[in-house]
Amino acid sequence: MLKKLTEEEFKRRAASADRVAVFKEFLADRETPVAALSRLDEDEEAFLLESVAGGETRGRYSYLGIEPRTQGAERRRGRLPRGHRADARGSSRQKTRRTYDHKKRKQKMKTHYGIYGGQYVAETLMAPLRELEAAYEAAKKDVAFARKFNGILHDYVGRESPITYAKRLSEHLGGAMILLKREDLNHTGAHKVNNTIGQALLARRMGKKRLIAETGAGMHGVATATVAALFGMPCEVYMGAIDVERQAPNVERMKMLGATVHAVTEGSATLKDAMNEALRDWVTNCADTFYVIGTVAGPAPYPEMVRDFQSVIGVEARRQCLEKYGRLPDEAIACVGGGSNAMGLFAGFLDDPEVKLVGVEAGGKGLASGEHAASINGGRLGVLHGAKTMLLQTDDGNILDTYSVSAGLDYPGVGPEHCHLHDIGRAEYAVIDDDEAIAAFDALCRFEGIIPALESSHALAEAIKRAPKLGRDKILLVNLSGRGDKDMENVMRYKASRASSSRV
Amino acid sequence: MNTPRITSAFAKAESEKRGAFVAYLTIGFPSLDESEKAIDSVIASGADIVELGVPFSDPFADGGVIRSAAYEALRQGVTIDHVIALAKRVRERHPETGLVLFSYYNLIFSKGLEKFAAEVADAGIDAVLAVDLPLEEREELLQVLRPHGIGYIPLIAPNTPLERVKESEAGLENSFLYVITVMGITGARAELPRDLAGRLDSIRAVSNLPVAAGFGISPKAQADEVCRHADGFIVGSALVKRLAEGKEPCLG
Ligand SMILES: Cc1ncc(COP(=O)(O)O)c(C=O)c1O
Repeated sequence: MLKKLTEEEFKRRAASADRVAVFKEFLADRETPVAALSRLDEDEEAFLLESVAGGETRGRYSYLGIEPRTQGAERRRGRLPRGHRADARGSSRQKTRRTYDHKKRKQKMKTHYGIYGGQYVAETLMAPLRELEAAYEAAKKDVAFARKFNGILHDYVGRESPITYAKRLSEHLGGAMILLKREDLNHTGAHKVNNTIGQALLARRMGKKRLIAETGAGMHGVATATVAALFGMPCEVYMGAIDVERQAPNVERMKMLGATVHAVTEGSATLKDAMNEALRDWVTNCADTFYVIGTVAGPAPYPEMVRDFQSVIGVEARRQCLEKYGRLPDEAIACVGGGSNAMGLFAGFLDDPEVKLVGVEAGGKGLASGEHAASINGGRLGVLHGAKTMLLQTDDGNILDTYSVSAGLDYPGVGPEHCHLHDIGRAEYAVIDDDEAIAAFDALCRFEGIIPALESSHALAEAIKRAPKLGRDKILLVNLSGRGDKDMENVMRYKASRASSSRV
Repeated sequence: MNTPRITSAFAKAESEKRGAFVAYLTIGFPSLDESEKAIDSVIASGADIVELGVPFSDPFADGGVIRSAAYEALRQGVTIDHVIALAKRVRERHPETGLVLFSYYNLIFSKGLEKFAAEVADAGIDAVLAVDLPLEEREELLQVLRPHGIGYIPLIAPNTPLERVKESEAGLENSFLYVITVMGITGARAELPRDLAGRLDSIRAVSNLPVAAGFGISPKAQADEVCRHADGFIVGSALVKRLAEGKEPCLG
């Protein structure tokens, strides 16, 4: 009969010992120890110890376990097995708790991009940022972290996402081939989840108990609420009251997933005010709270970290393009709100100078109208939410309300690395207005049977402008950052108001 | 060169065996005129140093009281230029009082740093505090303030290591350490943290600059308690709140 530890037996043993092994026997005739190990290995760092007693050559007992307290490395015999580059100084968890060397940090961390970036935060946030930097540096070097991250992207998000040739649309335009990187097919419907999984894994590794986030369109809020549910962590999302209203379905999704949504009514009641409120929460609760920022903005290390988590987009797309078409795209095009989906795409091609990188900002009612969200094209250098960057601001330095038909692009700042890529001429930044974006939205629906997010429609609109001017041998790779289910009502409302205003 | 009024304000308080009283007011609330009168009245009630808070559209380090005041001031169109001009008038009436311009960094940066420093010096402002400009980023501002003899006030948080306290005050003159009493944003608290006294003692032990504690201090009793371990105390939200209630801005 198979043995099992009963509660009575446990109590009896506990009376005379300070440790009691909890066990259960089961039949595993067909499992080898190594096969069992590979099952544990998926989620945590795992180990297998084999006994070799009394001159035997075969293992008699096997001990399997997870989360080793220390790791050792045997270097004399050459290479370690892949994925087990051990660190003799202790496990990764302990490493993140070690005190942090200020001087070393200066050499190692990338806090600025040209004149942009930095850590313009209240002093109280410097310690949590240091803690985050240290944890992220350690995680970057940890093969197990990468394995976990990639595992979840594969099994849960459904990566990799395909690239789709928009054949009818391309033929209709009569020029370059338009390829779509299908981030809209990810679980939760946008690229945002790539980042929230990375940050939630990091939060868990740092022992943080609670996730907070800001959100504009609600996609990042949904993606954060999703990983919070996945990891069993409480989650609070700050969202401008105006966005709560215009993105109601996403508010319901977040609640459904167990998150608490706080409507922020002050200031302009949009994304920037939500971020202010999230920062206030973080500065008060940073001991146990992880702030999941949704884009490549904010103080270092967020811009770098978010780009790294999103770089899966560009890395995959590059390989897919090479595999399928035997060459790199001529241009890689993505919309830019804060700039995370664009940085993710660009990251795959930064070292390919022949690939033109194109970011697309939201032109709203046109740059001249002042009602837009084009920070690089229409803004001025400033400092907000922890970074020096291009900002939409008044002459005296107050931050302006922004406008775009797409809530996800409605932010007065932009990631610092984009400003730098713009300065050095590595990337160019175009502007697409509301009407052009809506036309591109319609075109993709009708020609390809894909309903894109309004944010992504901006990138698509730029491709639609460029394609006819290029030969059929050219490839435009567009990041389709999200799907448009959340936008249906906005599009209908927009069209209705256009129709009524054109009648007058 | 400016007279080092911040330094002398603390010296004077010390010679009178009391802590220096630093008063924060959001300028432009309830209106520019009323702010100016409120400054006169806090000085009359014993303020040694006045912090002139510049209203900003995105006050992410502030609690509700100061935020509401800032939004109201902005609604009336108050800008950093108004605050500097007001400082100049206050300086004429109060030649001894220390004046600190208290701002979010974008308002300063946006003016152009050289121009900012020159105007601030001309107005007779003694020092500048930028909420979101930590040690790592402050050098560009210090470079333009130094030639004018204008001080810079560093913030010290509950989680700032002592090593960093020393780095934060290095090279600063005509200044004090603004020790934040609590984790979080501005606003009055019913109780100050228990470890505050010990923290103030250890900061004072390593520091050459005067040490003043702020965030959450309101009743006089709290200020007295703090001053057993500090050279001064800062009151902000409590004064702004009294203004909001139509009362005189003084210690309750
Ligand atoms: C589908 C989609 N694309 C793009 C964005 C803009 O963000 P970013 O510029 O960080 O990619 C958002 C933001 O909500 C989004 O939901």
